[in-house]
Amino acid sequence: MEKNKYKPWRSIPDDIRFEDLPTCPLAISDKGSIGNTGEWRTFRPVINKEKCTKCMTCWTYCPEGVIYEDNDELFIDYTYCKGCLICYSECPVNAIEKVREEI
Amino acid sequence: MSKILKPKDIPEEEFILSGTRACSGCGLSLAYRFALKALGKNTIITVPASCSTVLHGMYPCAAVNLPMLNTAFESTGASASGIRAALNILGKKDITVLAWAGDGGTTDIGIQSLSGAAERGTDIIYACYDNEAYMNTGTQRSGSTPFGAYTTTTPSGKKQRRKNMPKIMAAHGIPYVATANAVYPIDLFQKFRRAKDEFKGDTRYIHIFSPCPPGWGFEPQDLIKIGKLGTETGIWDLYEIINGKFTLNNITMKIVQGKIKRKPVVDYFRAQKRFNTLSNNAIRRIQEEIDKKFQEYENSFA
Ligand SMILES: Cc1ncc(C[n+]2csc(CCOP(=O)(O)OP(=O)(O)O)c2C)c(N)n1
Ligand code: SF4
Ligand code: SF4
Ligand code: SF4
Ligand SMILES: [Mg+2]
Repeated sequence: MEKNKYKPWRSIPDDIRFEDLPTCPLAISDKGSIGNTGEWRTFRPVINKEKCTKCMTCWTYCPEGVIYEDNDELFIDYTYCKGCLICYSECPVNAIEKVREEI
Repeated sequence: MSKILKPKDIPEEEFILSGTRACSGCGLSLAYRFALKALGKNTIITVPASCSTVLHGMYPCAAVNLPMLNTAFESTGASASGIRAALNILGKKDITVLAWAGDGGTTDIGIQSLSGAAERGTDIIYACYDNEAYMNTGTQRSGSTPFGAYTTTTPSGKKQRRKNMPKIMAAHGIPYVATANAVYPIDLFQKFRRAKDEFKGDTRYIHIFSPCPPGWGFEPQDLIKIGKLGTETGIWDLYEIINGKFTLNNITMKIVQGKIKRKPVVDYFRAQKRFNTLSNNAIRRIQEEIDKKFQEYENSFA
């Protein structure tokens, strides 16, 4: 690794020495700062696209900001969705189901 | 308040990058998400030790896509004042300085540095997200923990009243003080926008009710219900104090105008484990106090 050049932790090789880290403790922002929080889930929220009216209630209330719209359709980023099920309990037309995660 | 916005009017850009350390179903995360959307990318944040520090992540990785300074627990007001002074010297007056602190960091240990900043009229927005205890260290009581709530340092329920922090800040004579609730994110967004756009140049203070599933004892999926009950029962009122003038808004105003029926406080208390030791008698007394408060609101606003 180039001396004093910042690299996110996931790409810092094991043999890096403390002295090689930058002198000013500046962190760089990225998704997954604690890893793939999708692994926290017990239940997975699944949007039924047929029932969904795109009212954006779930988008508004999701504390993680993992619900997004693409091409007029709603998606959930399961890599980071923590499975809190707020979207499931707040959807006004019950268009979100909860499905148990399996290993 | 101006026209109520819809989700479609809220900017799509997320400043909190998903995969943070905050618990599942965290009220603070929801409030922070909308506060940052309202302030936009021309913002520098300072945060004292709290759950927000945890959310922001650990060096060398960060979860929020804006410049942020970790500061000591007691010094948020001083830290924000320093950032403002440096920006002014550099001629960068248009950058918003946001101080984002918990209730412990605001109502207890940080109150003097905040009071100093407000007395100087420092050009900052100070937001206190109130999860009503020291959550990051495992739920100890703060000056903002309500009467009757269990914490690890009040095992049979807190015996004292809480501080009324927004009123303390209003007494500093600053031009903008508002309360918000994490589960009314659009109302919260509008308040941050208003603080940023209409009162730039002076100290602005926003106090946010932020339900916390592990600390309060409810399921993450009930976050919105618990938060709404807080306002619908009259425990947490939504208001603004603009240049000294007090106005109610949103649900609280609708209750006072008779458009929505106020719910009994017992609904709020019995939905959370932290109030398990609160007796029915105490709940009755609290209900009487809330009824009296709303009678006064009705005399002034209905
Ligand atoms: C001077 C000092 N005392 C104690 C601590 C330990 N500490 C870190 S965070 C925290 C609690 C913060 O509570 P609050 O401000 O309500 O924020 P929350 O964790 O609830 O988000 C404490 C006691 C510290 N960091 N510094
Ligand atoms: S809350 Fe329900 S109906 Fe509304 S956008 Fe989400 S899934 Fe669709
Ligand atoms: S379960 Fe929670 S984190 Fe996942 S999409 Fe729904 S609201 Fe967001
Ligand atoms: S303890 Fe409470 S406030 Fe802190 S991260 Fe967890 S849910 Fe959020
Ligand atoms: Mg707290």
